[in-house]
Amino acid sequence: MKTDELITWLAADAAPVPPRAASRRLALALAVALPVSLAVMLAAYGVRRDLGVAMGWPMFWVKVLFPACMALAAFVAVQRLARPGVRVGAAWLALVAPVALVWVLALAVWIGASEAQRPAMLWGVSWRICAGSIVLMAAPVFVAAMGVLRSMAPTRPALAGAAAGVLAGGVGASVYALHCMELAAPFLAVWYVGSIALVALLGAALGPRLLRW
Amino acid sequence: MKRTTSGSPQALLDTEAALHDLFVRGQAGDAAAYRDFLVRLAAHLRGFLGRRLFGWPDDVEDLVQECLIAMHNQRHTYQSDQPLTAWVHAIARYKVIDLLRAKGSREARHVPLDDELEVFAGSAIEASDARRDLGGLLAGLPDRHRLPIVHVKLEGLSIAEAARKTGMSESAVKVGIHRGLKALMLKIRETR
Repeated sequence: MKTDELITWLAADAAPVPPRAASRRLALALAVALPVSLAVMLAAYGVRRDLGVAMGWPMFWVKVLFPACMALAAFVAVQRLARPGVRVGAAWLALVAPVALVWVLALAVWIGASEAQRPAMLWGVSWRICAGSIVLMAAPVFVAAMGVLRSMAPTRPALAGAAAGVLAGGVGASVYALHCMELAAPFLAVWYVGSIALVALLGAALGPRLLRW
Repeated sequence: MKRTTSGSPQALLDTEAALHDLFVRGQAGDAAAYRDFLVRLAAHLRGFLGRRLFGWPDDVEDLVQECLIAMHNQRHTYQSDQPLTAWVHAIARYKVIDLLRAKGSREARHVPLDDELEVFAGSAIEASDARRDLGGLLAGLPDRHRLPIVHVKLEGLSIAEAARKTGMSESAVKVGIHRGLKALMLKIRETR
């Protein structure tokens, strides 16, 4: 089998290629998966009853927006990791910054609190269901993002899987935040960040197996 | 194997610019430009992989072919604002590591993070024979994928002629070639 023959076959398949496939496919996948996550939340959990009131509280928005910011940065990272020879660059920083911010906030609140107040800040009333719920709501986005990565060419599969995990975990946490009653920063710093990290670890573990090409 | 090395910075820039131009035209559907691109790319890959795999000279041409198919199947992952050198190098390096790992070589963990520019630094026109029989692998594909590829190749037919010859529509021939090349890549993976 001569390489020249192979080249003839390949050249015969020179159909026009649509540009920016990675970001387009990922955006499309999100457009499908995000409503599914929301539907799971609405059907199985429901939004918190005082949502209207809660929307006036800054901490509510911290809770909704910090995972959303992580997801946004992870979106950029995933579509870069999906393409050979592209550096992730500043997206890493944008991905870590929200976590750092929440941790600083949590530490400040923790230090200012009395010994008696601290357990409630850390455990809240719902720590038992937090991680499981976030993972559940992350699942549709995780499947969609891994599906997109499988159609692309990630040369660092573990990293690409982890970034897909942060994207999914971030979206999942943001969606779950509409139901969750917790407001203490230490709770978010441990349970929200931990849940997103869990999905990222899952992605890193599955990446090398699922993303070979 | 005849090798030329032309690693001066200006020569590398010229190569990048020329290949980039051909590839971008190919991405827009220009089959002749795409063919030129693949021929030149193959020569550079042969030179690069030959240096990388000097312990396994028999594997070089197989890997050249595998890289060509991979780059073809993944050409939607290239964006024209990105240096072509970086894209080609990342894929070639990925495939080298994949091959060494399949051989159980400890070198897979030590593939040097060489300068990306190296991938276009040399070229080798003369191909040694590939060991893997792509024709044999092709025979295992279903007719709707195999026939368009075989006709376009063997007799140098155009898509239109291949369509007439196989009794398929032109778009079916195109889809057949497209899917067939993806399926071929899977077959290659299975033979590892």
